[in-house]
Parts: sequence; structure tokens; C-alpha cells
Amino acid sequence: MVRRSRTKTPIAEQDPAIRKSNFDEVCLGYTLEEGAAEAVRCLQCKEAPCIASCPVMIDIPGFILAIKKGNMQEAADILGKYTNLPAICGRVCPQEKQCEQVCKLGLAKNFEPVAIGKLERLVADWALENQDFSKCIQNNEAKIGRIAVIGSGPSGLTVAGDLAKMNYEVIIYEALHDSGGVLTYGIPEFRLPKRIVKKEIESIEALGVTIETNVVVGKTITMDEVMNEFDACYISVGAGAPNFMGIPGTALNGVYSSSEYLTRINLMHSYEFPKFDTPIKRSKNVVVIGGGNVAMDAARSAKRLGADHVSIVYRRSLEELPARIEEYHHSVEEDIDYHWLSNPVEYMNNGVGDLNGVKCVKMELGEPDESGRRRPVPIKNSEFIIEADTVIEAIGQGSNKVLLSTFPELKLTKWGYIEADPKTGTTSIPGVFAGGDIVTGAATVILAMGAGKIAAVEIDNYVREKNKTPVTTKV
Amino acid sequence: MLRINEMGERIPLTIADTDDSSGKIRLVFQVIGKTTAELGKLTIGDTILDLTGPLGMPTEIKNYGTVMIVGGGVGIAAVFPIIKGLKKAGNRVITILGAKTAELVILQEECRQYSDELIITTDDGTKGMKGLVTDAMEQVIANETINSSWAIGPSMMMKFCTMTAAKYELPLYVSLNPIMIDGTGMCGGCRVTIDGSIKFACVDGPEFKGTEVNWDEFISRMKQYKTEEETCLVDYQKVQVINRG
Repeated sequence: MVRRSRTKTPIAEQDPAIRKSNFDEVCLGYTLEEGAAEAVRCLQCKEAPCIASCPVMIDIPGFILAIKKGNMQEAADILGKYTNLPAICGRVCPQEKQCEQVCKLGLAKNFEPVAIGKLERLVADWALENQDFSKCIQNNEAKIGRIAVIGSGPSGLTVAGDLAKMNYEVIIYEALHDSGGVLTYGIPEFRLPKRIVKKEIESIEALGVTIETNVVVGKTITMDEVMNEFDACYISVGAGAPNFMGIPGTALNGVYSSSEYLTRINLMHSYEFPKFDTPIKRSKNVVVIGGGNVAMDAARSAKRLGADHVSIVYRRSLEELPARIEEYHHSVEEDIDYHWLSNPVEYMNNGVGDLNGVKCVKMELGEPDESGRRRPVPIKNSEFIIEADTVIEAIGQGSNKVLLSTFPELKLTKWGYIEADPKTGTTSIPGVFAGGDIVTGAATVILAMGAGKIAAVEIDNYVREKNKTPVTTKV
Repeated sequence: MLRINEMGERIPLTIADTDDSSGKIRLVFQVIGKTTAELGKLTIGDTILDLTGPLGMPTEIKNYGTVMIVGGGVGIAAVFPIIKGLKKAGNRVITILGAKTAELVILQEECRQYSDELIITTDDGTKGMKGLVTDAMEQVIANETINSSWAIGPSMMMKFCTMTAAKYELPLYVSLNPIMIDGTGMCGGCRVTIDGSIKFACVDGPEFKGTEVNWDEFISRMKQYKTEEETCLVDYQKVQVINRG
């Protein structure tokens, strides 16, 4: 009988004292030996609950068994059947709320679940190092059809990869100059190195997918052109329009949306200013509003830019924090402070248009709201001021209307997202499919990928069905 | 939006003209910092790494009757396509071009071609009438019934044009030029307060009614990166000097 360690095999991380001043990856990943040791902990359940709670249903015991046997190529092949972006998902999925939450080992008293995410990452990183994507064989059979994918985030990349594997010609249109969506402009280097994102995208291009950057669909090309030139299209433009609370002082200098702050840092490399041309404010006291992963990313980035003091203002308490618990712990280790049960009511002006403080109010939790979380209610006369020269609002994003406003035929929900069947990705217009955040609102990378996988199958069915219909000829 | 190279920033420039037969667009820029200085160094045959567009909402071109269009400095490049469009739509077009000094009055012949009347003003009197574009506006308004108007140029100029037009209850549209990063509505860096609510100039504008713009806030936000912009330019100039030996 193997004796299983109660706890996960420890993983190397950069020292908090050092990492809080660099943008290098915090978690260093397992070595092959550590991975093998962790793989031994898997119970190899017959009806593995972890599979069912993974949005793309990876054969988790299968790939872990391959690691245990020391066969990394086999492990990579198994992953490749289910996911196109394993190096990314292994890093950014909230495993504690998905596969690892239902792991039978983790449910046993005093046992931690198998570190599924870290093992996925190990295999994916091994594959990126050791596989030669240039040797990817593209068959020369006639293509089944042409598909346009709008947006190169995780959902678009997944649908494109899957359709290319099914022998479709796929073109992805991306508005920005770099592909990857939130993987490129949103999630910082210290959580998701951009060289990993680049390599993973290259592996999708190696399948025969073409990515055209600097194309804003609705402006550079119209939806009419897309509909005429392709057999079907997939809209995966995400939920990228920042919300502002709209409290007094929002226009002051020093007030950022998290989207702007992170885009400057991640996409434009402003932390390397003036080597790179895009500037960013070097601040002393930074306040971040919000409690999601984006708030963590913004706060930890501000610290790395050299801020003396960074605090997070969240209107609920730690228990309701939507961010990944691992990121919360990392942020605390990096000296990020928390103002729980607090909400900003005004940004203070220093007299010449610059921010010099955030006026907040204390909150208490009332009755649960529709989301099941207790609703925060302001406490009268509890105002306090936090000194700040920069504030970053990370209170969520909505749907970007640039494409949708030029395509009024497409049915939207009352919140402005695309109305699409979650089981198929079909929209109100035949041949137009949609998935990811533009359907669900801001969610996770893996859910966006899951939507892409489902849509790829449906798009394939749709095109094959359409091709079967005899072309009407003139009598 | 364009980005010259891998290390570059994204900057917004107005499409001053297009030629469908050759597939060309015309951009006019003024050298004011590092990126525009670098852009000025490019020669025919060089490439710009990234160019995204067209972006923003188009000007509402229709037959208004008589229109007055004011361009200041490099803003003249942005008014030119509007002048052209409004003329083709059958308007009587009165154009006012203003600059600090004679050599900064650009696209004069192009603008004249589509204008029924063209007035030039320079701060120092080296060309046309000495004074500000608002002086010329007053003069035009005194003699004509204007149905709609546009002003594009430095923020101070647009603010004063707005005040002048407002005095006569003349509708005036301005084209705002706040700091932009992506230019596609995903960051809010270019946000402006219009009639009390937040708008993103890159997707909701850049044209807005002058009287609805919160000018003081807009002008203050333009100065956000003044120090950084200077650092960047000084560093670039040093490198240029070293390269020249």
C-alpha cells in the first residue's frame, strides 16, 4: 500500500520580499520529480468526480497516471485531446472551486486534494519546451469550410484550434496589436508569463489558424462582409468595457480603471518605461477598489511598480471575496492591506485636479441578495479617508458595444450581452455563434474555453448540414 | 491608432484624407514628443508596425445650409475631411484656419478647394488676419446666418470657440483629443464628462457638442503624463545626438 502524503507536494515560489519588486512569475512550478511525487497521491478513481467538474472534462486521472509512469508525452497527448491552452489553465483556473474541490482525496479528513492544476501546468510546460510545433502536420485534404472567429481571447482560440483540427480554414480577427485577449492585456506576467501565452498561441497557429491583428470588426471590416465571406462565425469579443462607480472625482488625475492600468502594464510594458514608450504613474499610495482577481492583479502590479503602500477596499468581507484564495494569500505576503466592509464615496481633489485621497464609508452585511451573498449596506456617519495618489477601480466590466452597435439584428440580453444558447452557442442569427464573456458576462478563462469547445462541435454540425442542402439552380 | 515599433506606444491620429483607388490614407502629425519625432524620421518605404482603424463615430454629414468650420494648428488636418464632406453634401462652407504663425497654416489649398469662403488668422499676423480664430468667428457670425459649426484644434482654442458660438446660440461641435491607449472602448483612459455623464471619446466621440463638454476637467486630464512625456523625449533626443556622433 502506498502511503499518501496528507498535504500537496510543496511547490517552489519566489520569495515575497524579492518578488514584490519584479514582474517575474511567482510560482516556479513542479520539477519532474516533484510532479511524479504528487501524481502518486491521485486515487485513480473509477468514476472520477474531478472530470465532471472540469468545464472541458479533461481525463484527469488519465494524464496523472501518465505522469506517474514517467511518460510526459502521453500525458501531453491526453491533455491535448481536451484543452488547447493547458499551460494557461493550469495557472489561472480557480481549481479550488472546480476539479480540486471534488477530489476524493481532498474530501478525506485531514487530506488536501491532488494539485491537479499544478500537474496540468507541469505537463503543458514540458510540452511547450519539448514539442516541435513546426512539425505539426496539416493535412492537404480540401477544407470543409471557412470560419471567422472574432476576438482572440481564450474562447476564440479554443474554437479556432478545435475547428482547425476538424479541417476548417479559420481566421481570427483581433482588434489589438497582440492576440490573447485578457491573457495578454489583463493577467499580469507574474501570474501568467507572456512567453507562455505566446507559445500556446503559436501552437494554435501551427494547427493552421490565421490570426489577423489590428482588425476591429464593425469598423475595419463589417459584419456583412464577415457573413458573406465565411460559412459561419463565432463572436468571442469578451466583456471588456470598464464600469466606473461614477462617484464624484472619477475624472481626477490618478483615477484609473483596472483595464487601463493593466493594459498599460501588460500590453504596453509601461513598467519598463522609458525603454517602452507608454508611461504609467509611479505612485506612493495606491487604493484598489474591488475584490476579484482583477483587483488583486492591479494591487500587486502597483506594488511592483514601487508604491510604498497599496490597499484594497472591498465592500464585503474575506468570506465573500471572489478572488482566488491563492492570489489573496500571495497579495498578503506582498504587504497588500485590506479595508474590509468599506466602499468609496468620493475621490478627493488636491485643488489642481490630482487625486489626494479616497473617502470611504463603512459597510455592514444585510440580507442575502440574488447572488446568495449578503448585501452590503452603508453605516451612517462612518466616513474615513485613505490617503492616495492613485486609485484603481476594479469593479467589473460590461459588454463592449463597438461590434454589437453595428449589428442590430443580433438579439441581446437585457444586460447587453449576446443571447446565445449555452448548450450550443447558437444566437438569434443562423450561422452566427457566440461564447465566452460576451454571453455570460465576465467569468473565467476555463468557462470561456468550455463555451468554445461546445461551439466548435455545433459549428461543424451547422456547416455540414448547410453543405448537404442542395444548391438551388436556375431552371 | 498607430504603433511604430515593438517598443512603441499607441497614438491616435485623424484620417485627413483617403484615396480608395490606391488604398491610401493621409495622416498629418505635428512633432511634439518622442513618438511623433520618431514618426517624422520615417521615410518613403518604411513601415509602421500597427495601424488600426477607422475608429470613432463619423461626423454627421448632411445639408445644414451654411456651415462654419474652424481649424487650429494641426487640427486643420482633422477639419479637412469634414470641410470636404460638408461641401459635397451641398452646404455653403465658410472655413477659418488659424495658427501661431504663417508656416503652421497647413492644407490651405486643399481646404480652399472645398470652401466657399476661407479666412486665415495668425497670432503674429504673418499671414491673413492678425489675431485669434474667435475674432474671425465673430466677424463671420456678424455677416451670415450660420446653421451649424465645428471647431477642431488645441483644447483651449476649442473651449473659446465654444464660448463664442454659445454667445450667439450657434451649435458648435468639437473633436476631443484626450489621451488614448487602445482606442476601442476597453479602458476608459479617454473618458470625458459630457453633459454630466462619462463618455469614452474613442467610441462615443470624438465629436461632441462643445457646450456639453466639461472643459476644465478635460484640459486638466491632458496634462497627466507631462513629466513622463518630457523624460521620454529627452532620452530620445540624447540617443539621436549620440547616433549622429
